[in-house]
Amino acid sequence: MFKAKDLLGIKELTTDEIYYILETASGFKDVLQRDIKKVPPLRGKTVVNLFFEPSTRTRISFELAAKRLSADVINLSTTTSSVVKGETLKDTALTIKALGADFVVIRHSSAGVPHFLSRLLNISVINAGDGANEHPTQALLDLFTVLSYKKKIKDLTIAIIGDITHSRVARSNIYAFTKLGAQVRVICPPTLMPAEVKSLGIEIYSNMEEGLKKADVIMTLRLQLERQSKAFFPSLEEYFYLYGLTTERVKLAKDNAIVMHPGPMNRGVEIESEVADGPQSVILEQVTNGLAVRMAVLYLLAGVKK
Amino acid sequence: MSKQLLDYNDIKRVLRRMAHEIIEKNKGTENLCLVGIQKGGVILARRLASQIELIESGRIAVGILDITFYRDDLNTKEEQPVVKRTEIPCTINNKTVVLVDDVLFTGRSIRAAMDALIDFGRPAYIQLAVLIDRGHRELPIRADYVGKNIPTSFNDRVEVFLEEDGKKDKVILVPGL
Amino acid sequence: MKILIKNGRIIDPLQDIDRKGDILIEDGKIREITLVRKRGSAEARKKKVPDFRASELSNFRTIDASGCIVIPGLVDMHTHLREPGFEYKETIKTGTKAAVRGGFTSVCCMPNTNPVNDTIAVTEFIIKKTLKEGSCTVYPIGAITKGQNDEELAELEALKRSGCIAFSDDGRPVANSLIMRHALEYSKIFDVPIISHCEDLHLSEGGVMNEGFVSTILGLRGIPKAAEEIMVARDLTLCRLTGGRLHIAHVSSEGSVRLIRDAKARGINVTAETCPHYFSLTDESLISYDTNLKVNPPIRTEKDVEAIKQGLKDGTIDVIATDHAPHHIDDKTKEFDAASFGISGLETAFSLGLQLVGQEVLDLKQLIMKMSVTPSNIMRIPKGTLSSGADADLAIINLEHSFVVDSSRFLSKGKNSPFNGWTLKGTVEKTIAMGKVYDWT
Repeated sequence: MFKAKDLLGIKELTTDEIYYILETASGFKDVLQRDIKKVPPLRGKTVVNLFFEPSTRTRISFELAAKRLSADVINLSTTTSSVVKGETLKDTALTIKALGADFVVIRHSSAGVPHFLSRLLNISVINAGDGANEHPTQALLDLFTVLSYKKKIKDLTIAIIGDITHSRVARSNIYAFTKLGAQVRVICPPTLMPAEVKSLGIEIYSNMEEGLKKADVIMTLRLQLERQSKAFFPSLEEYFYLYGLTTERVKLAKDNAIVMHPGPMNRGVEIESEVADGPQSVILEQVTNGLAVRMAVLYLLAGVKK
Repeated sequence: MSKQLLDYNDIKRVLRRMAHEIIEKNKGTENLCLVGIQKGGVILARRLASQIELIESGRIAVGILDITFYRDDLNTKEEQPVVKRTEIPCTINNKTVVLVDDVLFTGRSIRAAMDALIDFGRPAYIQLAVLIDRGHRELPIRADYVGKNIPTSFNDRVEVFLEEDGKKDKVILVPGL
Repeated sequence: MKILIKNGRIIDPLQDIDRKGDILIEDGKIREITLVRKRGSAEARKKKVPDFRASELSNFRTIDASGCIVIPGLVDMHTHLREPGFEYKETIKTGTKAAVRGGFTSVCCMPNTNPVNDTIAVTEFIIKKTLKEGSCTVYPIGAITKGQNDEELAELEALKRSGCIAFSDDGRPVANSLIMRHALEYSKIFDVPIISHCEDLHLSEGGVMNEGFVSTILGLRGIPKAAEEIMVARDLTLCRLTGGRLHIAHVSSEGSVRLIRDAKARGINVTAETCPHYFSLTDESLISYDTNLKVNPPIRTEKDVEAIKQGLKDGTIDVIATDHAPHHIDDKTKEFDAASFGISGLETAFSLGLQLVGQEVLDLKQLIMKMSVTPSNIMRIPKGTLSSGADADLAIINLEHSFVVDSSRFLSKGKNSPFNGWTLKGTVEKTIAMGKVYDWT
């Protein structure tokens, strides 16, 4: 069922593959609830976390996932690697290969870097976020989380709020939820709406109140604070006024709607603390599920013949 | 040409005998726990447990063990792993755990099952009950309770069908090419 | 030394010739064309080979061009030869070699070298280097502004005197409208075109491909068509204001075609070029993040491709140029965002142009106009014809023979071609540049 050696994006996955990953993840979620949370299938394998962008959560999540699978983990990030010395991406990649790594988990600010590595290396490449392209494991863990609360994805209404243009999380989630039959809405200022995004089969709102109406899932994205300097919006206050997720606004969605955020949050910018810590928030659950999903991805890719 | 090795009645008799052996060897059912290995061992574990309960009074704990994550053939198998449920209903510390599987072949599944089980605790004893032992061991593993020993060639397949799966009880041998 | 090219189908739009015949070349010049009489006439037979042949047989080379077209050598008015400064990407030697391989006998090289061609010294260097190592004629294009820094005009007169035939800041736009105005005005003294690279740098900032659905799903920063069109509109407006000669480089978008068409209808003194990649590819081909498709302006959409073709057909776009932009493999073996812009285009341009003939966008004569005759006219260079007395610059091309593009075998140092692996028709069999024969068979 799983043929590609890499996980480059949700775009590249079939619905069967998505469900297969989610089912496997639920097996790992069980493992994570045991006293001994470690299983042996990746014994002797080496996972390299190659992070060209600062990211604590995703890196830690992959690191722990790999360790729970008994793999050895090496973390390489821009501050510690020779990248700062001007080494090309190609040379970094070939070095990792020469060291005998079996997986490379790549985070890079430039879209398409995982695809570049995938062509260069015969080991498994896992995209941990590339530019504004994709962040597939985030979308998988979001699916997993929604599924655990809603029992299905089909016909749910998912509202994604924030900087869609620069967001890989938004893209991966748009692909993931639409592939599984949900209706996706994006809510953002027109300055942060990517070109022709409507062609992805989603609904577009620039008004928060309208967009949240009767939503089953509210997913608000982290706002990169430096966007303000490029005139995407005038001020953080104005952004919060228009698009901040408040208790009042959450009420517009369905009563049992869940609130998600990929983290890390800017409290008081895209989300109010009362909502982030409120009863409908499943934000910490997302973190736990991320571990299970990443274990599943590593485990399933290990089983692909190369 | 496939050949039938056991029919409905054979299986019934074999399981009854194995139940007696388990009770005899363990001098009763105290501290006894049966754990069926996914997928073929689960139904057999339940049947053995009810046989034992018919003979001795009291409930026998039955668990389910999925060994997918403990297999050593992730890279070499043709089909990809499908994770199934694991359910260990009680603590296994200081218990006598009888692992139950349908067919004992290379012994690798049992190795994986023991590793998986030990991650749940420290049993006093682990024993092994199998319906069919078809030989060709690749590891130093021996069953404590065997329903039937069947000589096979390595490429043959032994298939176990059970009512609970919607099939008629039988065990057949499909010769390999 | 005399060369007789026999039995080819001679096409010379300037003389309105499209017929089988022979061409005699003597001392680097075209001496005579002998055509087969019109079919159907009573004397339909080949004219006798000129008498001098027998007497001078020893100093005579005969080229059999049967089955091929014999056309004026192609003229590329937009080439990056990279020398001086970027010899690891291309040199005058390799770039002109690639040119003749592609059937080009004249190339106009852009000034964005290091140092920029904004002084006599650089222009003279290029010309001297070409005489020493070049395989074809090279016409330097001078910079509009000193250092292409968009601040001060370069010494256009000096550049013109030392051999520049046009001015451009290509690679960068002239963002300052006042400077563009003055460039268009001042260049009127010499009757040379100002070639404009149209790009609003604010709108295109950080962009690496066309902005649209495909950039959205690839997560790559887009360059909106507006970034090009705004500057096309500005330059057309300035052209009308000044009455200068404006040539719009590498037109890529539907809107630009429309703006230029309207301007021409209003009598504005503008010419325009496009490049093979803008009518051969759409942005959907970027889906694999292949950096060989990264070019500026970016490859656009199907709609734009159609508009470009229409513009070529109705004469809005006068010229097909290559924008040959060779890069070292290290500059392309990178993350998409960091890879260099550009396509190595000299060795595939004619065959890609020929596809337009197959698609009935152009006929063969029009294609030759756009790749040889018209660029010569715009640049005011004595090329693009097979008239008697003209430089012996011609290409002998087999239209039916097809080949598979293998960029690793390009003569250019730049192997960066998005057409690698394509099967194309139209093989250049021989190129004759200033009387020198390059045989590719």
